[in-house]
Amino acid sequence: MNAEPVEMLLNMGPQHPSTHGVFRMVLWVDGEKIVDVEPHIGYLHRGSEKLCEGEQYHQIITLFDRMDYVANFNNELVYCQAVEKLMGLAVPERAEYVRVILCELNRIASHLLYVGTIGLDAGAMTPTMFAFRGRERIQSLFEAISGARMMHNYFRIGGVKEDLPDNFERLIADLLPLLKEDVEESDRILTFNEIFLTRLKDVGSISAEEAIDFGFTGPCLRGCGVEYDVRKAQPYSVYDRFDFDIPVGLDGDCWDRHWVRVQEMYESLKIIEQALEQIPEGEVVSSLGRRLIRPPAGEVYVRAENPRGEIAVHLVSNGTDRPYRLKVRPPSFCNLSAIKRLLCESWIADSVVILGSLDIVLGEVDR
Amino acid sequence: MAANRHAAHDAEAEPEQPDYSVLTETGLRTLEAAAELFSDFSPERGLLSDLPQITVEAAGIEEVCRLAKTDSSLDLKMLHCLSCVDYEEHFELVYFLHSLEREQTLAIKTSVPYENPVLPSVSGVWAAAEWYEREASDLFGVTFEGNPDPSPLLLYEGFGGHPGRKSYPFYEYREF
Repeated sequence: MNAEPVEMLLNMGPQHPSTHGVFRMVLWVDGEKIVDVEPHIGYLHRGSEKLCEGEQYHQIITLFDRMDYVANFNNELVYCQAVEKLMGLAVPERAEYVRVILCELNRIASHLLYVGTIGLDAGAMTPTMFAFRGRERIQSLFEAISGARMMHNYFRIGGVKEDLPDNFERLIADLLPLLKEDVEESDRILTFNEIFLTRLKDVGSISAEEAIDFGFTGPCLRGCGVEYDVRKAQPYSVYDRFDFDIPVGLDGDCWDRHWVRVQEMYESLKIIEQALEQIPEGEVVSSLGRRLIRPPAGEVYVRAENPRGEIAVHLVSNGTDRPYRLKVRPPSFCNLSAIKRLLCESWIADSVVILGSLDIVLGEVDR
Repeated sequence: MAANRHAAHDAEAEPEQPDYSVLTETGLRTLEAAAELFSDFSPERGLLSDLPQITVEAAGIEEVCRLAKTDSSLDLKMLHCLSCVDYEEHFELVYFLHSLEREQTLAIKTSVPYENPVLPSVSGVWAAAEWYEREASDLFGVTFEGNPDPSPLLLYEGFGGHPGRKSYPFYEYREF
């Protein structure tokens, strides 16, 4: 038999469970090896940045909820901080603590979702169940606080919408030990599992230099061994008052990115415990934040650490009640832009794991 | 309304000297080093809230970025963000560069005319630039000469117009 090598075209997505949303890749394969990749995004492009130009400053919070819909609180925070910086608005201390507690809980919820999906991508069904149980517990708490499991619309410019519910202390005291168990369980069942290690170790490696060139941030950058976290490098809110570590990987492969995320959940639990000890009584929203907001003309650029990486907002104001321009730097957008570099010369079977290890949210990539 | 919409632009055009005391020590050093390094490209110093900002001519943006990335006095290894702002008479492109070692961000600004918005691509300097530039050409119609893949990124092939522009009828919904 005379078999010529043939390059084949393989379409993945947009309706494919392993693409974590509506992401499409066209793969050129030579046997099982990927030769070239053409990523297609934009299926979820809603023009969020342009929509912001037509809404008043308070109304935009809901649009930020819908960008990274797995880390709603973190997204609301960076927007509120941008407007506050533009206005020079001080936030009551209690509100800062409430924000930090909710953001760190949201980080755990987001990473648990990631642990669940990377398990599925690597072929393990059980970790998903553990991870989603924990995530559901966090979301029930979010519902008790803000009234919604997702799309909370709870943070306000100058604070938060209202004080925590009366039974919050009991709720969180009940939640934390269970959550710790969930995190530990999903860690133990997956991280050092032999099959999982074989699937992820030395797959999708990228050097620190290249990662910085592609604009990697967050766990993807730290997985390459770069110790960088905005919460430490340029502490915003009250992050300078907590004692926590930055987990760092070694080789920049899929497993390192996974390990960094798992360790970050433990660090977030540490931050939440400290924040609960330190949280003061008092107001939760600045009185200026309740009015119609008209920041002075000017520009700001504000960064924050989201579960997926560094989010930044470039806000241009012309002194009216609506922004002149609002540009979001979404972390997954940059992390995903390296997909071609990561997938070329790897196997088709690994493509799903590599994409999963980047932990993208298409709502944020496409905006 | 029309006068208001230009307010942000007009405020910048004022010759008033910005107050550099808001900059940190590293920020001030970065601003001075950048102004010196880019001296061939008529740099103008400025401030973007508390960040150092340099305005250069659009034609030299690629060399400026290459210098900013490779010169050891700046070390701006990461293209953090590329933002395009439509001021109706011109487009302003803001390159946010970041140095992880120095923990310093520098904003490099450049303008292109509204009628013929063309400038050199920086995708040869940073790999991250390719998608940012494709996004800006989708939404604003800015052409980046030298971008390896000028096809639409967020919009579909054959989409009419540039929805990021102020002139695009964005709020007149069309129902299907």
